[in-house]
Amino acid sequence: MNESVLMLTIMAAIGLGTPIVFATVGEILAERSGILNLGVQGMMLVGAVAGFWITFQTENLWLGVLLAMIAGAALSVIHAFNSVTLRVSQIVSGLALTIFGTGVAVFVGRAGDIPLIGEPSPAVFNKPILPEALADLPIVGPLIFGHDALVYLSWIVVAVSSFYLFHTRPGLTVRAVGEDPASAEAAGIDVSRIRYIHVMIGGALAGLGGAYFSLALVPSWLDNPVGPAGWIAIALVILASWRPWRALWAAYLFGAAGRVSFTFQTLGIAIPASLLAMLPFILAILAMLVLTSGKRARFLGAPAALGIPYFREER
Amino acid sequence: MSQGAQSQTPPAVELRDMDKSFYGVFANADVNFSLARGEVHALLGENGAGKSTLCSVIAGLYRPDSGEMLIDGEPTIFKSPKDALAAGVGMVYQHFRLVSNLTVAENLALGNPDVAMRLSQKELEVEAREIGEKYDFPVDPSARIWQLSVGQQQRVEILKLLYRNARILILDEPTAVLTPQEGEALFQTMRVMAEEGRSLIFISHKLHEVKEVSDRVTVLREGRVVGIADTADAEPRDLARMMVGKDLELPTRAANESIGDPMLVVRDLVVQGDRGLDAVNKLSITVNAGEVVGIAGVSGNGQRELAQGIVGLMKVTGGSVHLDGDDVTKMSVLAKIKRGIAYIPQSRLGMGLAPGLSTEDNLALKEYRVPPYSRGPLLSERAFNARGEELIEEFDIRGVRPGLPIRLLSGGNLQKALIAREIVQAHKVLIARSPTRGLDVGATATVRDQILAERDRGIAVLLISEDLDELLALSDRLLVMYEGEIVGDMPASEATAERLGLLMSGQSEEQIA
Repeated sequence: MNESVLMLTIMAAIGLGTPIVFATVGEILAERSGILNLGVQGMMLVGAVAGFWITFQTENLWLGVLLAMIAGAALSVIHAFNSVTLRVSQIVSGLALTIFGTGVAVFVGRAGDIPLIGEPSPAVFNKPILPEALADLPIVGPLIFGHDALVYLSWIVVAVSSFYLFHTRPGLTVRAVGEDPASAEAAGIDVSRIRYIHVMIGGALAGLGGAYFSLALVPSWLDNPVGPAGWIAIALVILASWRPWRALWAAYLFGAAGRVSFTFQTLGIAIPASLLAMLPFILAILAMLVLTSGKRARFLGAPAALGIPYFREER
Repeated sequence: MSQGAQSQTPPAVELRDMDKSFYGVFANADVNFSLARGEVHALLGENGAGKSTLCSVIAGLYRPDSGEMLIDGEPTIFKSPKDALAAGVGMVYQHFRLVSNLTVAENLALGNPDVAMRLSQKELEVEAREIGEKYDFPVDPSARIWQLSVGQQQRVEILKLLYRNARILILDEPTAVLTPQEGEALFQTMRVMAEEGRSLIFISHKLHEVKEVSDRVTVLREGRVVGIADTADAEPRDLARMMVGKDLELPTRAANESIGDPMLVVRDLVVQGDRGLDAVNKLSITVNAGEVVGIAGVSGNGQRELAQGIVGLMKVTGGSVHLDGDDVTKMSVLAKIKRGIAYIPQSRLGMGLAPGLSTEDNLALKEYRVPPYSRGPLLSERAFNARGEELIEEFDIRGVRPGLPIRLLSGGNLQKALIAREIVQAHKVLIARSPTRGLDVGATATVRDQILAERDRGIAVLLISEDLDELLALSDRLLVMYEGEIVGDMPASEATAERLGLLMSGQSEEQIA
């Protein structure tokens, strides 16, 4: 494989991986607090449409990012209410959230006097933000310095959330709540509050990931610009064993797998494109099979109370 | 108790006329209690005597309904355990409040407002090690909780309180989960803490422990304080009598004339408890046909493991169980049922019955495998219902609405249904755990009559209970279980409150005589 093909593949991996980094890290934060949110796909779509809509109106990308995060977080409150306050099945609530969010996105995209559907975004996240001199350096230039603002934001999100979870007192609190809410509560921690907050942070990051599709990767409005990214993020949480840095690498690996079919064509290797298009999903399934079988799940760091509604001890 | 000695410094904790009830039932009534500074104060009492409630009030888990609490002489009411801990009052619960996947150091930092926002695992570990060494409490601070033994986990719980600088420590039956050696180490530490001026409340059922470690002892019975003594002056037999209380009523019913051959023979049985210790320790019992053998004991001395080991719900790691001469030790639960072991577990809805199924279905749960209830894979609803109606009638189970979940029935009717199901099928042995617990007078009488009728039919009955009234009303022979062993064996007619109380709290027959 020659160098430029490798470079292109890596650059594409970072591009395709970035929205998934946001969503995966968001889901990691929610799951570390013990709440499984299968509504990532819905939150991403709502974020994508909200971000696109405001940017379409105002041509302001950062307003788009902000609204996408608010929309994702707002949708996630429904899940937090269902699973923390009402203690219903988190699986059912999450799936419902995905269906609801998908419907909202399609509806918003097609409603109004000027439907968004088919419209290109008036502004796009595509410009490298660092000085061109840096980006022109051989190899490391484009790899490290040649990205748009949201890629750097995703790196910051990964670094901050990793530090937060493993090196701060509030982060310890989150992990304790996800492992053993009863003991955490005995230590004076407000379990419900922690869970609401982290489900909402997860929702905001999922919304941001969705906006990266509608404002950078695609960048126009389709009924579903994000593809199956939300589902992939949920799988990658396990592949990343609930650790933000691993989520970054996992998302890039996934992005690369999505690019491989294109790369192979470039290199003139004849494998049916549809077969290669399946590669990322096969990769995800295999990874989950290997990593989550039996006792390894606990060893990997799956929060012990994940998905289990918490009832206070009552007498 | 001398008033003068403590007049300069107020007691660390003082309760005045404290009442606490749950749903209209008193757990504590008119409790007066005082804990001096630097003392180890034992709380002694049977199950349900109100010891845990008393401590939970002090630790801020419950608020008293009435009465006063003074901490260091200041009237105080804690809003929460967090509040109490901030004021220096902490409790080690029987079920540890540790996050098992976190390290020792992380557990110490959890919820602790004095720890910096930015966690330094290293600093935490150094501090944890220092406190551990000071109290001769070596624990590896970087170990995860699940890697530690139960005794070490308990140390972490105590370290947590010391780390928060608690001055008043409450230990709820701390020795229940410890080996004797770990218990000794704990007592050492308790003495060191008391010498430093910390005050400790120590809950126990075991007289020798109370004698060994405490300065004073308060005895509770049925939610009330029935005695306070300096431990050094207290006679074990007086304490035991206070604990058990009223003179026991001796049974007036006639003993069964026709006691038959050995039916259930347990030899050197060993069963491991959840904690990995031997909860049943080389225990032997024989129950003859037509005899009720009662096993008395404070809960948690291996009764559950004994019952579940015999019926096959827990793994037996040593010894044997013979039923009517055949070795059934290794048989499955189903095989044992077929051989004739009927079992009434302690929790009716948890283990005995399927709460969400109808009464009819529950009544057929042990018979559904054979015709007419099933043919091949198909169940006969008609047979279920017919059988259900029959049993509901015969055992006077009230409140049944056909098809609706059995959990809607009252406790007494649930128990009648459970007993009906267990005793209508062919069996030779009946094992019952606290069968009348929580039942009203009428239901209690019915259940007792049924168990006596079983005995008269020639069934061997093993009755495991914490309720001495129940045991005395039904048993022909009474055994006392303590720490997984049988420590006393007597005809029911020779049982006295004092003797049972002493045996149940770990004094041997020789010490009593």
